[in-house]
Amino acid sequence: MKEEFKNEMKLEFISKSANEAFARITVAAFASQLDPSLEELADIKTAVSEAVTNCIVHGYDKSQGIVKIVAKLKENEIFIEISDKGKGIENVDAAKEPLYTTKPNLERSGMGFTIMESFMDKLEVQSIVGLGTKVTMSKKIKPKQDTEDDFEMTATTVTNS
Amino acid sequence: MESKFYEEDKLLVLKITEEIDDHKVQEIRRKADYEMERYMPRKVIFDFDSVTFMDSAGIGLIIGRYKFANMIGAKLELKNLGQSIKRIFEMSGVLKLVGVFGDSP
Repeated sequence: MKEEFKNEMKLEFISKSANEAFARITVAAFASQLDPSLEELADIKTAVSEAVTNCIVHGYDKSQGIVKIVAKLKENEIFIEISDKGKGIENVDAAKEPLYTTKPNLERSGMGFTIMESFMDKLEVQSIVGLGTKVTMSKKIKPKQDTEDDFEMTATTVTNS
Repeated sequence: MESKFYEEDKLLVLKITEEIDDHKVQEIRRKADYEMERYMPRKVIFDFDSVTFMDSAGIGLIIGRYKFANMIGAKLELKNLGQSIKRIFEMSGVLKLVGVFGDSP
């Protein structure tokens, strides 16, 4: 059974750190179709930046490869998949722990997954050592003028009665 | 990054003008350390007013500069943190190490 998505995009680029800004800005531009608030947009940009940085710094390390992003919009929700075919993560649970890092000498904070988890609604990490890592995350965009609409409806009801 | 040193107060203000991510952070770090070593300030203020984006690279940057400042006997403060930036710093406990003032709304 195939799920229906309202819109979908794919993005592939070489694992160069200069592409981190390109990736987060592109996903944010795509997400803007859901009319997110500035804060929601900042959350998405930050989460994408963390995931892409992981692919480049950890997945491919000193080698070069392709980072792939698939983003889908469905109703008021965005689903983002970011994957690499790099070296993979040996212990995903440990990697997700706050402050865990395999590269502390480079002033890396080990907060990447913690930030993705708290800035998005859902986060899933699949990784196979030697084959690569895929991060899947999603976020619901809150409807904007909810309270105003309610107000209008109430007002109309009152007038009619 | 723009840097300004106030001799009478031995105060160094480093205004970050780049987006702070893994790509840009090395350059910011290098410049900041260079300026701190050059002026040997008593207090260093990082001004975030012009920072439009920051991810976890900023945490490592500030913890690293905090250690460097300690080494040269300087105090570190952060200024004009926007909401997202503040959240990232709060999450990592950085704000327990350094002072913050002049919050952006």
